[in-house]
Amino acid sequence: MQQRVVLPQPQVNAELLKNALRAPLWYWGIMAFLGAIVVAGSVAVGFLMNKGFGLSGTNRPVMWGILIVDFVFWIGISHAGVMLSAILRLSKAEWRRPATRAAEVLTVFSLMIAALHPVVHAGRPWRIIYWSFPYDFSRGLWVNIRSPLIWDPSAIFTYLTGSALFVIVALIPDMAVIRDHTTGLKQKVYRALAMGWRGTPRQWKLQIVAGFLLSALLLPVFVSVHSIVSWDFAVMIGVEGYHVTIFAPYFVIGAVHSGVSAVVTMMILMKWMFGWGSYIREEHVESLAKLLIVIGTTWLYFFFVEFSFALYSMESQEIALREMQAFTWPYWPLALTFILFSYIIPIPLWLFRKVRRNFKIMFWTSLLVNIGMWLERFLIIVPSLARKQVWPFDWSTYHPSAIEVLIVVTAYALVFLLLMTFAKLFPLIPLFDIKEGQTLSDDIVIGKRRVPALRVEE
Amino acid sequence: MVSTPRERKWQMVVDVDRCTGCQACVVACQAENNIPFNSESHFKQGRTFSWIRIERYWEGEFPDVKARFLPFLCQHCDNAPCEPVCPVFATYHNNEGLNVQVYNRCVGTRFCQNNCPYHARFFNYWEPVWPVQMRNSLNPDVTVRGRGIMEKCTFCVQRIRRAELDAKRQEREVRDGDFQPACAQACPTSALVFGDVKDPQSRIHEGLANKRRFRLREELGTEPNVVYLSKVDSEAKEAAGHA
Repeated sequence: MQQRVVLPQPQVNAELLKNALRAPLWYWGIMAFLGAIVVAGSVAVGFLMNKGFGLSGTNRPVMWGILIVDFVFWIGISHAGVMLSAILRLSKAEWRRPATRAAEVLTVFSLMIAALHPVVHAGRPWRIIYWSFPYDFSRGLWVNIRSPLIWDPSAIFTYLTGSALFVIVALIPDMAVIRDHTTGLKQKVYRALAMGWRGTPRQWKLQIVAGFLLSALLLPVFVSVHSIVSWDFAVMIGVEGYHVTIFAPYFVIGAVHSGVSAVVTMMILMKWMFGWGSYIREEHVESLAKLLIVIGTTWLYFFFVEFSFALYSMESQEIALREMQAFTWPYWPLALTFILFSYIIPIPLWLFRKVRRNFKIMFWTSLLVNIGMWLERFLIIVPSLARKQVWPFDWSTYHPSAIEVLIVVTAYALVFLLLMTFAKLFPLIPLFDIKEGQTLSDDIVIGKRRVPALRVEE
Repeated sequence: MVSTPRERKWQMVVDVDRCTGCQACVVACQAENNIPFNSESHFKQGRTFSWIRIERYWEGEFPDVKARFLPFLCQHCDNAPCEPVCPVFATYHNNEGLNVQVYNRCVGTRFCQNNCPYHARFFNYWEPVWPVQMRNSLNPDVTVRGRGIMEKCTFCVQRIRRAELDAKRQEREVRDGDFQPACAQACPTSALVFGDVKDPQSRIHEGLANKRRFRLREELGTEPNVVYLSKVDSEAKEAAGHA
């Protein structure tokens, strides 16, 4: 922290707006590549709808496949935004500044993509739209509010609205900066988006108050979203591995674990891609890694509680299911990879300061966490269905089909594509937040050196 | 003459002791309810349709093994786990104790089958196809289900409705024995007995009063409307008596 260089404001503007104003050639290369995957995936979805869901690998009784796994995974990723922005803003953690926007935008896009999964996964997606838009008041055909599949969209869209507002409120001052740096049509668009921002003290006050209010309002929503997603499973009396009361907190903390790891991965990628080394610094990644040690360990505790509760009940079915998850082919390699990747490898490594400050190791270990957490969702959803109830006559297994895999890959490409598009249009690191952080810091003189230090606010 | 129809509650008694595992009920059900043929590829995909099926379980160790047959169909639970999870009310309970499926409402989330402890629900992964010769042999009373929706045993609701209409035309109540579901009709040993528990004359009371009665996974609290009568194993009884 002592070596922090205070950058002049024009330089901050120029560096952070570099990609938004003049994108390099490789940027378009990546966009074309991602676009190609998304086109292929869209064709796959069209094919699925045209030919029937028989093209997936699901069967009876494994009616839900990797698309639902991916749905839970993306909902999990979306928990990064509020965790970082809201909680760290409310607790006034200085190091949050370069991470907030990336986290919030990741939240918005991953939520949007997550919401698509159950729709694609349904047998007749066009019917879902038919029943929903326009809402069928005339015939009095209501939706079933007892169903978790109605709670899900309610929670997701509340969260989506809230976090989109969060992003927009934080974007307004930056829109004004871009407005002042562009000409012609571009300027007109950004002028509209800046909503008449002049940077008056009153506007700043309102913007800051709005940010705080939204943080506080979003916190309960954030906890509710993954709780409700977990109830998709926890309310199921018919499936042994599902109806567990601890699912809600277990899913929420797991979501935070994977979401914050995804933010680490994304920040390091941003640093490498856009050369933002002077904004995303070692201390930021280090702080995130420290946070992750706490979150990861809490998650591990919940994981063990869930597992031991299942064994403690001494129900033969429950024990057989756990045995299958942990020791039977093809699940045991997945289970081993899952526990190694999501906890045993990364967390002990992050205990070392050198590792926490090493971007390469942090990039790969945070990626490992998300591979592990994806497998965790797979291990919850698929084996429980494959061994549903005490009727071995009906038991089955599940292999994802090529189309399902393609759709899952497309989801990743689509989130990445949306993030890259966002990076072209808006700065992924909030300019005003960085400048604010710089203004709040003061130079102190130690010996012959002038050293910038953070002023602690009361 | 307008009269309020008598309250009804349909139930079935399955006498496992009488079941020989002949699968006549399975065939009858497939023919009655326009269920597409289960081809080899359906079996390989694990996507067969069998609204009623005979599950065979082995008991004991070789060479002392016994085959046990368990006819499995939708249990029409009073407290059905499939109903609350459907987001569009495609499945609900009617006032005759039947768990009914509204094909037009269904969007195919498959949540109901996941939550069914009896694996009683079937998803139409593909558009159903029949050989050309079968085109004129489908039952006109039963909807052919399209791709992307759930289906399951209806207790042959089309037969219930037809019996009601016939009775109404003759200005009388539906009597026990006016009709039977296809499976019960086809059963050579009368292992399946279907009837209205609200009708004191119904033959079903004989089975319901039996001491051998049990219901599948009763501990889940689903309140199934299919009652099973357990196997009478004379050899096991003898062995127990000698011991």
